[in-house]
This record gives sequence, structure tokens and C-alpha cells, in this order.
Amino acid sequence: MAEETTTIAAKDIDEKIAWAKINSDVLRSMENPRMGYWLAIGVSIAMLMVGIYSEVYQYNTGMGPANLNNPHMWDLYISTFVFWIGMSHSGTLLSAILHLFHADWRKPIYRFAEAMTTFSLMTALIFPIIHLGRVWNMHWVIPYYSDRGIWPNFRSPLVWDAFAITAYLTASVLFLYIGMIPDLAICRDNAVGWRRRLYTFMSIGWRGDDRQWRNFRKTYLLMACFLIPLAVSVHSIVAADFAMAIMPGWHVTSFPPYFVAGALYSGCAAIITLFVLLRYFFKFEQYMTLPILEKTCKLTFAIAMVWSYLNLIEFASVWYGHDIPAKEVLIAKFSGPYSPFFLGMLFCGSVLPFTLAFKKIRRSPWLLLPISIFLNVGMWLERYMIVAPTLSLSHHPWTWDVMWPGWVEWGIVFGSFGWFGLLFLIFVKVFPSVSMYEVKEMVYHRRRVIFEDAELRAHEVKTGASGAQPLTSTPEGS
Amino acid sequence: MSLVRNFIEDWSRYRRSINEGGFHEYEHMWGMVIDLDKCTGCNACSVACYAENNLAVVGEEKFESGQGMHWLRVERYWDEPNIGNERVRDTQEHGGSFMPMMCQQCNSATCEPVCPVAAAYHTPDGLNAQIYNRCVGSRYCANNCPYRLRYFNFYSYYEDSWPSPLDMQLNPDITVRDKGVMEKCTFCVQRIRSAKNTAKMENREVADGDFQTACQQTCPTTAIVFGDLLDHDSEVHKLWHKFQTKLGTTKQKKDNPELRGYRLYEQLNTEPSVTYLERVRDV
Repeated sequence: MAEETTTIAAKDIDEKIAWAKINSDVLRSMENPRMGYWLAIGVSIAMLMVGIYSEVYQYNTGMGPANLNNPHMWDLYISTFVFWIGMSHSGTLLSAILHLFHADWRKPIYRFAEAMTTFSLMTALIFPIIHLGRVWNMHWVIPYYSDRGIWPNFRSPLVWDAFAITAYLTASVLFLYIGMIPDLAICRDNAVGWRRRLYTFMSIGWRGDDRQWRNFRKTYLLMACFLIPLAVSVHSIVAADFAMAIMPGWHVTSFPPYFVAGALYSGCAAIITLFVLLRYFFKFEQYMTLPILEKTCKLTFAIAMVWSYLNLIEFASVWYGHDIPAKEVLIAKFSGPYSPFFLGMLFCGSVLPFTLAFKKIRRSPWLLLPISIFLNVGMWLERYMIVAPTLSLSHHPWTWDVMWPGWVEWGIVFGSFGWFGLLFLIFVKVFPSVSMYEVKEMVYHRRRVIFEDAELRAHEVKTGASGAQPLTSTPEGS
Repeated sequence: MSLVRNFIEDWSRYRRSINEGGFHEYEHMWGMVIDLDKCTGCNACSVACYAENNLAVVGEEKFESGQGMHWLRVERYWDEPNIGNERVRDTQEHGGSFMPMMCQQCNSATCEPVCPVAAAYHTPDGLNAQIYNRCVGSRYCANNCPYRLRYFNFYSYYEDSWPSPLDMQLNPDITVRDKGVMEKCTFCVQRIRSAKNTAKMENREVADGDFQTACQQTCPTTAIVFGDLLDHDSEVHKLWHKFQTKLGTTKQKKDNPELRGYRLYEQLNTEPSVTYLERVRDV
């Protein structure tokens, strides 16, 4: 018995799981919210209210209470914007890139990652809007036929931002929705009342026949292929906001890949956080299994190393380069007033991920929860350390200054977490947060198709367990 | 659809302005020479700028926190007595020095390409203009200005800066900016406009000395000289020529080491229109 449990613990998913059980487990997670859920909703709304109050105050008063000043024209807003944009890259990584690589362990966890993508983009979209001095004129950034008779400045990275983010948001919402259609049909068949009407409308007549599945597969693959370059370009463009500027510490060629790596990193860390929470609260232990968590951790570790490497590249190219102000900024980051943040970022971003090198830690969700949160704290600090020190110590020494963000900025950043949490909480109760049809596919593949699980083999060799599952198995009745 | 057609027709112009940039099609090219050896640091230019351009007086607290609106600021630098070798320390240049800093009106300005709504743009006069009512306040221009010479309206200052009788002193030729708008030194564009209009009515070209900027007018030591760099008879052109300050370079090479004249952060290739006359020495 003990041997069997360890064998199962090495498997991504138990292939003996019944399809009806998958349905019922996931549908159960969408019903009967408990007290804790309403409490979480309440906390999110309260946080959002703080943000809304701050924004209303700022709208009426001006950008002054945000404590921005002459050298610091951008601060928390832009760093938090980059942070949320970064979070949004993990869903694409899991669902699109791993889909193309046929890494099927992504299947039970990609849905909530994609939802996270969409919602963090919706959160990120707020920041470039509210950081404008004249929010009421924000539509001027978009090219449209207006009586003003002028175009936006197409050379400005902020205009590219507007295009890239709206395109990415549209595409990721579509991708999330398309991937959900077969599941919505399952929900439709099991729901009553307003939910039935909603799912009937959203599943757009899904019957699950051959033609629909064929078209579905093609569409999904096409969207996946479309989304990958889009995701990479979005964060490259966000990086261009800085890299196109002339400021020391921003004018770095390696910024676009650095930003993309950082984005995937913070996204993966956020996936681990939400993985642990969903697994516990929705009792998804059979789907969000520890081997999948372990694979996610390995992925995070690999990306963390890429990110650290790109960090080193940036330091080295500045250190051995001839850009004196950039060197000053780098030295100030290590030793100046921002050094606690910067060293904290290096610790959280480059040292802490080494804990993921231990199998024990990779398999203990409750240790991973604080670790993943701290990884994301490190990534937030990274974005803050990109924006703030450069503005404090730019070319002109007379304007050197260090500032601390005002309460309005903190309020809005705080509120953005409430907004994200609210959207995500609503999502998990209205839509299936585990992809039912893809879990079934995964189970089907494990049962019937040749499938080489290297880790399982290694486990068997180590423990001497006689093949719990043959490489090829004869088709059995379903 | 005329908008689209204009855009397509103007495409070649767009392309050219991106590729070549710079200073060859200007009607005028307003430039400035500031003699730092004449500057006494009296701040009269700064006060004149406040009066001329309706600059908001933000109060001590906001000024301390870096939200001041001084388009022209006089920066003070004290020479450290312990820096430098013996020879430099013994020269008369030892002591404090002052540096009036206003928008450098860069010919290849870093603030212009980054503005999402093209509120920062280049006029045919070679000025680096800021269009207030086009500005959405993204503040990217200020972030990208290596001189940090752009100022943002963090609040609506109208009521606090000019309580009731004081609003009568506002210059009617220039707007009072509201919150959320970026602003900066314009080389007193309202005076340039008025001089050009007068010259046009009198059917002649704008002559050197037709008008002065507020800071130039106020400077007690005539440290500031302003004029048209394309006009070869103008004083500013003569000074640029005399001190061998050249456009289109990232390092001013002088025949004679005694010649002063440098532009700020030329190595960034921003092509400022302001020359500072001061010996640059390595300490």
C-alpha cells in the first residue's frame, strides 16, 4: 500500500480517475461559496475602495499628493505597472508555449494561470492610465479620427504600449475564452437558473461533435502560435519604455529579454502561490498534484537563473562600459540609499530560488507559499529598482534627490491588489478553474497512448517498483 | 478621410524628419549664450521669468519637496577646497560658481520623440515647443530630459498663487497652466511671436535686438545674450563664432585653449542651443 502511494505521488495524475469524478470535482468547486470566500471578497472590495478613494482624490487634486517631484516623474505607478504586466506572462507561457511543446503536465493548472494573465493585464492597464496628469484625455494616445486632426506620436514607446497592451489583452481574453468553451458546455449541462443561461450563451452551441473538436483544435493552436510572439513583444515594448530613454540605467540593450525573463519569473512564482491556495481551498489534490508543482518549481528555477544571468550581463556591461552616469547609478544601487531594496531584490530574486533546488521543498506546498510570495516581492522590488534610482541619480547632479512615494501612490498600488483579487475570486466561482476536458485528455493519454514519464521511470528504478503502468497498454473500455 | 490622406501625403516628410533631424530648414534658429564668468548669481533672471511667464509660486513646502516651477533656475556650485591639484586651487576661479539653467532647446531633443501625443514638438524656429492643451501629462518627456528642465503642474496653482488682486499681474500673452500639464522655458515665445508679427507688418525680417527674452532683459551684467543663430550679423552668432562653438558635434574643439564655450552634455548628442562660456578644466 505504501509503495502504491509513493508510486502515485510520482505521477502527474492518477490515470484511474473516473471522468464523471473529474466533472463533479470541478463543478463542486464552483458551488456553495463558504464564509471564507465571502470574507476574501469583502477584503478585496475594501482594498479596491482604498485604491478608488486615492484615485478620486488624485483626480481632483492633481499628481502632487503622490509625492512625485521634479526628478521623480514616474514612480510606483510605472513600477507596479511593469510588475502586473510581468505577472501576465505566465499564463501564456503555460498555456501557449508548453502547449506547443506538448508538455501535458500543464493541463490541470493552465486555466487559472490564464485567468491570472487576463486579470493581471486588466490590473496593469489601469496604471498607465491613472499615472497620466490629465486622465480625462487618455484617449488621445490612441489613433482615431478626431476633430483635433492630429495623430499620436508613433515614435513614442508609450503609444506602442497602448497598442501592445490592448492587443495582448484582447488576445489573452479570447484565448482564455476559446480554451474554456468545451468546459462551459459541461457547466451548461449541469447548471440551473442564471448560470445555465450564462453558460448556454457562452458555450455558443457546443455539442462536442467531430467537426467542432477539429475546428476547436485548429483555433486553439492558431491562437497559441499567435499569442507567443505577442507576449514576447508586449514585454519588450514595456522594456522599450525604458531602453528607448536616454537615462543612465535605462538605456540598456539587454532590457527587452531581461524584462521578458523577469515577467516569466514573476508569473511562475504567482502560479505557485495560486496553485497552493487553490489546491488547498478547492481540494484539488488529485489534479494539482505534487509532481506538477515540482515541475512548475523547476521551471521557475530555470527562469530565475536566466533572469539572474541577464542581471549579471547588465551589471557587467555597465561596469566595463564607458557610460559614467550609468556606472554611478549602478554603484548607488549597491551602496546608496536604495541599497536595502536593491540587495533585497537580489536576495529574493537570485538567492531565494536556490531553495527550489531541493526536492523536499519543491514538494511541500506550505513552504512554497511564502517562498513564491517572496520571489514576487523580489520581482516587484526589481521593477522599483529599475524606475526609482535612475530618476534619483540621472545625468545632472544638481537634481539628485531621493523620494518616498506619497500615500496616494501606496493607496492605488494597494487597491490594485484588491482589484486583481476580486476579479480572480469571481472567476473561480463562475468559471471552472481546472480544465475538465484537458484533464480528461491527459488521463486518456496516460491510459492508452505511449507515454514516457521519465520521472516515473526514475522513481521506479530507484524504488524497484515493478512497472505500475506498462509503456503500452491495450485499449480498455471507458 | 482628409486626415488619412494628409498622413499618407506627408509620409515622406515624416520619414525625413526621423532620418535627418536637425537644423537645416529653420526660418530662424534661436540660440543663447550665457557668460558664466559674468554671472553673479543674483537670480534676477529667475524672478523675471516668473513674472513674464505666469509661473506659479508653489510655496516653500512644495518647493522643498521638488515641485517648484522655476523654468529658469540658478544653480550654485561650491568648489571643494580639497579637490584638484595645487595649480588649480591657486587660480582665481576657485570659489563658488553659478549656472543659470533653462530649457536648452535641443535641436535633437530627447523629450520630443517620447511624447505619446506629440505635445513636445519642434517648431520651424528651432524651438522646442510644448503644446499645453495637447499634453496628457505622461511625464515621459521630463524623465527623458538629461537636464531635468521640465516642470509639471502637480496641482492647480491658480487660486493659491495669484489670490484675487494678484491675478491682475498675469501676463495676458501666455496661458496659465492647469494641473496635469508639463511646461518649460519657451525662450519667451510670446515675445518672439510679437516681434515676428511687428516685423511682418513693417514688411521686413526680424532684426537682431528687436526683442529680448525676459531673463536677458533683466540680467544686470548682460551675461545672457539671445538671438538668431542663422542671422550672421546677430550678436549671438558672432559670439558662437568667436568662441568656436559648433553645432552638430559632441565635443567642442577649440584652436586656442583660452577659448571658452561649451554646451551641456554634448556627449549625449542632444544638440542644445545654449552655449555656456566658462573654462572647462579637469580637476
